[in-house]
Amino acid sequence: MPGLPELLDEANRQLTICNACRYCEGYCAVFPALERRSVLREGDVALLANLCHDCRACYQACMYAPPHEFAVNVPALLSRGRLESYRRYAWPGAFARLFDHPRHAAAGASLIVAVLVLVAIVVRAGVGGLVAVQTGPGAFYRLIAYEVMVAVAMILSAAALTLLAGGFYRLWRDAGGSRRQLLDLHLWAGALSDAAKLRYLRGGGGGCHYPDPLRPAQARLAHHHVLVAGFALAFAATVVAAFEQDVLGLIPPYPILSAPVLLGIAGGLLVMAGAGGLLLMKRREPAAAHDLRGPGFRALDVAFLVLVESVAVTGLLLLVMRATPAMGPLLVAHLGAVGGLFATAPYGKFVHAVHRFAALLRDRAEAR
Amino acid sequence: MQAPDVLVIGGGNAALCAALAAADRGARVLLLEKTSAEWRGGNSKYTRNIRLVGPDYSEEEFLADLVGVTGEEIDKDLATLVIERSGGVSRWMEAHGVHWQPPFRGTLQLARTNHFFLGGGKALLNTYYDRAQRAGVEVRYHAEVVSLQLADGRFRSAIVDMPEGRREVPAPAVVVASGGFESNLEWLGRYWGKAVDNYLIRGTSANDGRLLADLLEGGALQRGNPRGFHAVACDARSPRYEGGIVTRVDSLPFGIAVNRDGRRFGDEGQDLWPKRYATWGGLIALQPDQLAFSVFDSQVLGLFIPPLFPPLEGATIEELAVKINVDPGGLETTVGEFNRAARREIPFDFRRLDGRGTPGLQPPKSNWALPIEQPPFFAYPMRPGITFTYLAVGVDRHARVLDGSGRPMENVFAAGEVMAGNILLNGYVGGVGLTIGTVFGQIAGEEAAAHARAA
Repeated sequence: MPGLPELLDEANRQLTICNACRYCEGYCAVFPALERRSVLREGDVALLANLCHDCRACYQACMYAPPHEFAVNVPALLSRGRLESYRRYAWPGAFARLFDHPRHAAAGASLIVAVLVLVAIVVRAGVGGLVAVQTGPGAFYRLIAYEVMVAVAMILSAAALTLLAGGFYRLWRDAGGSRRQLLDLHLWAGALSDAAKLRYLRGGGGGCHYPDPLRPAQARLAHHHVLVAGFALAFAATVVAAFEQDVLGLIPPYPILSAPVLLGIAGGLLVMAGAGGLLLMKRREPAAAHDLRGPGFRALDVAFLVLVESVAVTGLLLLVMRATPAMGPLLVAHLGAVGGLFATAPYGKFVHAVHRFAALLRDRAEAR
Repeated sequence: MQAPDVLVIGGGNAALCAALAAADRGARVLLLEKTSAEWRGGNSKYTRNIRLVGPDYSEEEFLADLVGVTGEEIDKDLATLVIERSGGVSRWMEAHGVHWQPPFRGTLQLARTNHFFLGGGKALLNTYYDRAQRAGVEVRYHAEVVSLQLADGRFRSAIVDMPEGRREVPAPAVVVASGGFESNLEWLGRYWGKAVDNYLIRGTSANDGRLLADLLEGGALQRGNPRGFHAVACDARSPRYEGGIVTRVDSLPFGIAVNRDGRRFGDEGQDLWPKRYATWGGLIALQPDQLAFSVFDSQVLGLFIPPLFPPLEGATIEELAVKINVDPGGLETTVGEFNRAARREIPFDFRRLDGRGTPGLQPPKSNWALPIEQPPFFAYPMRPGITFTYLAVGVDRHARVLDGSGRPMENVFAAGEVMAGNILLNGYVGGVGLTIGTVFGQIAGEEAAAHARAA
């Protein structure tokens, strides 16, 4: 990053000031974790960076923030640290470059999957089949074979999970965690509670200084929760649908008033609202704030949010228009977006969920 | 810029409390801050807690703590007023958006007496500014009041330098909350001579005392102590101004303090640190070149909060002395005498007065006398770090400024450091500056709003 001091040196410079001050101790886990260290190594920076929820309360409270000559801006520093940790723990290493081009990565992966789906449909149903009206049980599978859909989904999700788990473990180990602690269910319970409550996004009580730097609010926390709830419902819809099809032998498409469809609608709407709200907040954020986070940080968020928004919108459109000739093209778009989301999960903002959780778990272990 | 009911001069805690209190009573308030939005907040932005009466801290104990450090010249009537009203301050602060947090590590001994606001003074002020602006207070930055126009003991208008030029701002009532004069080296030099060249100003660079001088020249009663200031030991490598909390040196009780000649000059183990740390700024100011060193060895590393800068280091006492430019023979003699006097048979316990003293040594170290013998050896260079001054204008219970004969000026109110010297003349009790500023800010705001309504 041209013009920005080397991250580790800059982290040690700024966080030495923080460690001598300690006024921000009440905001979040970053500062107590910092006080347990005197000199930071790279794994420490990765831990602190992923403990930081970027609520920016400490920056607003900092008497040493610019224009003070000490020029302390911990949220901006740790945002750079997070991007660095996403790159460092990506595997294979060459793919870390995808973090520098998040829009291209998301669009490219979605496009590739969409083209593959299109080819599969044309092979199975012909060009005419793509725009023919399909109704009744097995409508989707007349376009694309059930086995193909399941196999591709399984491969993509298994690959994503494996790669994300690898990153999780390497971050955990670099931050000083042991294998034995990973088996401690109390730590998992504590960290899950911290994550579910977004405990450290509350800025110690006042809320998040985002998007308005001067007026802390809970809007970001609320939208994040709505987005996560939407993800969870969409996932539940998939599980229920698999159960109905493979155990009960009910072949989709399912009626509107069925568990998978209702869950899917609710999930889709929540994802749309959550991701949409977060995207609007990005627009309201002052430009200076993301400039400080270094090039690419904002792009990573935007690419991810647009991708999940696309999954939700195409999914809902598919539901509404499934008995029209648009079903085939929408199926291509929806499966493309879903595939793009899974394929780029280890190389995009989704990594945040995994790294954040590793950091919360490590913090629980240290603070004990 | 609307014509205000109440003009508030200053942008720190006392000014904001006055503005909020006046706005709460329906007054139109104009607040003039000399600096920018980034630098606003005076010395208050460097604070982090406020001393308040509470369930475990009685009014009597608070007063005894205050009289204990500042002496009997204190205005007990005003001190008692502040202490009585402090019991309601935490609720008032919460009602104005302030969040609290558990006491900091290393400050647990203050938990009973002091309330810590989340994020420290700048966060406190951000909250107050936001609330004030929501309540309709107009805030002008880069607005420096040059003088107050008084006639027959009444305030008429303020002469203000603003980006658009010099303006005269009339108002029915004014609250002066513009701080002391600790940033004014020329003024400090009148009492301390060339020594001020070696002082660090820990807080704001904006407190030049212009309005304090203007009021005193305009006939206000002088109170407080003109030579008095609150100063602590600061790292000599710190910035001249605005160094804040990270520049303080916390290692003194864990070793010895020596001057340029390698001689000790105070009892480093006299009392628990929070009670004593305020004395060292003054002690260092009396040493040659206003320079001293906190010297300690490897066994106490990690027992105190590390400051901003790393300590200077030497494998032997002589090597350390050369590095810090202290007379090596002097330092070796001092350390040798100290090590021989230290009562090794008493166990060291820095959490309490452990009685591990240095019989026969002058000056003594009354507690925590650990011999300095485990290399490498370390030193922090120290200068006096001035925090605030104790010169004040006299006020009454209604925060009205008194004239030379002791009569209150009916529409001139004062709050904060500009009047704190009525109550605080020497020494310091942690967090009491904010108590005075908050209570007198509230009183000044309420009274000024009432006066403006009646006018």
